[in-house]
Amino acid sequence: MKIPGLIKGLGVTLGTMADTVTKGAATVQYPHEKETPPIRSRGVIALHEGNCTACMLCARSCPDWCIYIEGHKQLAPPRRAGGKPRQVNHLDRFDIDYALCMYCGICVEVCPFDALFWSPEYEYSEPRIADLLHDKNKLGEWMQTVPEAPELEVGAQKK
Amino acid sequence: MMSSLAVDVPYWGQSLLRVLGGLVAVLLPAGTIVYLFLFKMMSFMQSRLGPMEAGPYGSMQLLAEVGKWLQKEDLAPEHADVRIFRMAPLIVLVSTFLLVVIIPFGPDAYFTNFETGIFFGLAVSSISVLGILIAGWASANKYSLLGGLRAAGQLIAYELPLVLATLGVVIQAGTMNLQGIVVAQNTGEMFGFEWLGNPFIFTQFLGFVIFMIAVQAELTQPPFDMPIAESELVSGYMTEYSGFRFLIFFIAEFATAGVFALIASVLFLGGWGVPFEWFGWDNIDDVANWMNLAGPLIMFTKMLVLTFIIMWVRFSYPRFREDQLQTFAWKVLIPLALFNTAITAILKVAI
Repeated sequence: MKIPGLIKGLGVTLGTMADTVTKGAATVQYPHEKETPPIRSRGVIALHEGNCTACMLCARSCPDWCIYIEGHKQLAPPRRAGGKPRQVNHLDRFDIDYALCMYCGICVEVCPFDALFWSPEYEYSEPRIADLLHDKNKLGEWMQTVPEAPELEVGAQKK
Repeated sequence: MMSSLAVDVPYWGQSLLRVLGGLVAVLLPAGTIVYLFLFKMMSFMQSRLGPMEAGPYGSMQLLAEVGKWLQKEDLAPEHADVRIFRMAPLIVLVSTFLLVVIIPFGPDAYFTNFETGIFFGLAVSSISVLGILIAGWASANKYSLLGGLRAAGQLIAYELPLVLATLGVVIQAGTMNLQGIVVAQNTGEMFGFEWLGNPFIFTQFLGFVIFMIAVQAELTQPPFDMPIAESELVSGYMTEYSGFRFLIFFIAEFATAGVFALIASVLFLGGWGVPFEWFGWDNIDDVANWMNLAGPLIMFTKMLVLTFIIMWVRFSYPRFREDQLQTFAWKVLIPLALFNTAITAILKVAI
């Protein structure tokens, strides 16, 4: 029974054409109108600098080696009065090269201190490829666009 | 062509006008088909809008594309046979221009009026096979070679049903002259009913279907696009072409679609004519001069209808496998076309 299928196929395309003409297309004309990406979409990675300890876990787990971290040890004032000064890692450089990044999200998953977050922003293309290297200031700015974490499911709370 | 004008045009002027007319007759349908069907209709059938930025509703998109292609570098592979590699697209385009020569657009508006016009047309339409084979061979690329060979096999296989489907029309009209075929359709009658003339699509419906399928294959359009299968052969014989040589292949493909649609409308839909009964004309000498202006418009409309069908099928169906494609030509279309020819001949003699 090939023939009915052939005719039906022609009907499908013609019907879609009529729908597009009368009801409009399923697509949007991007620069003029924009679709809101889903809240958990992987647009860009934001850095919460205060949480970062320069532990390098993200840089080492990155499949593309697109995260560059430099830091140095320094002494921070003691937590309690009379205590010893603490030794902390200070972050000097935290760059993500989005020309290399493949948006796998392993760095976000692996970060033990909740310093990296996904943001749904996606409009950061650049005429020059070198400008796709976002430094820690720029990554910090993306924090503004990180949506609030959704409510935990019942029973998922920390014991 | 010039007899309808009051002024006497010298020979060089006539030639110039013919060249310009030929360019218009080839490029106007090609541009219309690409914008109207390839850009817009295909997009609509996929529930999107297609080009919208260049000009109103993207109507200048084609100019932008041509400009883009003209700027690109004219590349040739290192081991290619450069001279014939560069020649191949032109050979394909030439066959289109030779084809448009035979099409009558009105009682006096034609380029040439060959006594055996359709025979000439079918002959020169095969020249594109040479161009494609040359392109495939000269590219020095295995994908191109495979594509070229597939194209040659396909085009030769589908040439036969094309010729045989035309044969039915020729038998019925009793002439190979395309003007004669147009007149035969518009002065004919069906069961003594003259009002509609006798467009051969009614009596030769099987021939029409076979002709359109064969045209689809001749144009290497889906579902017969095995030679340029972009997912396996990377566009086949066009793989190595860039810039304006690719553009020429592109123009040739869609111009040939338009020209074949024009030929089909001459053969099966009554060509430029309206049924002569409407205005009380008896033969081609009676036809009023304004038909030279109305004729091209009628032809253009019929061309659009037929290319709509070609493109509709193109956008709807998936690709044939190579063996299915050959089987379809040799085991289905050719026997059917032979059957159609035989029946037509028997009826012609019997009635």
